[in-house]
Amino acid sequence: MNIKVLYFARIKEAVNYSTENVELPKDVLTVIALKNWLSLRGEVWANLFNGKQVVRAAINHVLVDDMAAIQAGDEVAFFPPVTGG
Amino acid sequence: MTVRIQTEDFDLGHELTSMRLAEHAKNKSTKKESIGALVSFIGQVRDMNDGNAINTLTLEHYPEMTQKALAAIESEASARWDIIDSLIIHRVGTLNPLDQIVLVAVSSAHRGEAFSACEFIMDYLKTSAPFWKKEATNQGERWIEAKQSDDVAKARWQNKVKN
Repeated sequence: MNIKVLYFARIKEAVNYSTENVELPKDVLTVIALKNWLSLRGEVWANLFNGKQVVRAAINHVLVDDMAAIQAGDEVAFFPPVTGG
Repeated sequence: MTVRIQTEDFDLGHELTSMRLAEHAKNKSTKKESIGALVSFIGQVRDMNDGNAINTLTLEHYPEMTQKALAAIESEASARWDIIDSLIIHRVGTLNPLDQIVLVAVSSAHRGEAFSACEFIMDYLKTSAPFWKKEATNQGERWIEAKQSDDVAKARWQNKVKN
């Protein structure tokens, strides 16, 4: 399935993408599976998603946890803990 | 309930006066309980942080999510307390030391509800709304780290239903 992935703040700078459309393999159905799959892209990606730093995720603009299911057409965003206010 | 995300500055006096007078006009027709209390909070850019002078502060956000997240926080506040109106203004872009960043204002019939709801909205905004701050200092640029104390501040509301 095809989804849109967005990156923000230090994560955007690390991966050098702000947004991309990706075609997922059939077995990538959750946020954690997506993180693991993106980690295969190389060292920068692996370091980002190896659990040493907190990476929050949102699906269609709502915060979710790692087990959240992804569906075709979803907008998935990855970002660091927020620091507004 | 209003949420505004903007690059431009805001005027506290103007915003609070508008809130008071708009409700006054509405109350005359509906004869609801009127505003007896209006509480506001302003957050501003620090001039010093962690021992470094700050040159600028840049706020990035996730536009499609920000509005929704802030409106959800306002709804949660109005479900918990009898508030009459609320306003959140949050600026984005590059700001200078002592510039205003955020305004939260809450009106209610009596002060207790407005004080609590205003603090609740700020505590949730700090931990749930998708904004990120980057500071520029003479030592270079750095992303501001999320503080555990902000999570603690939010968590104390989760055990309270209502004050």
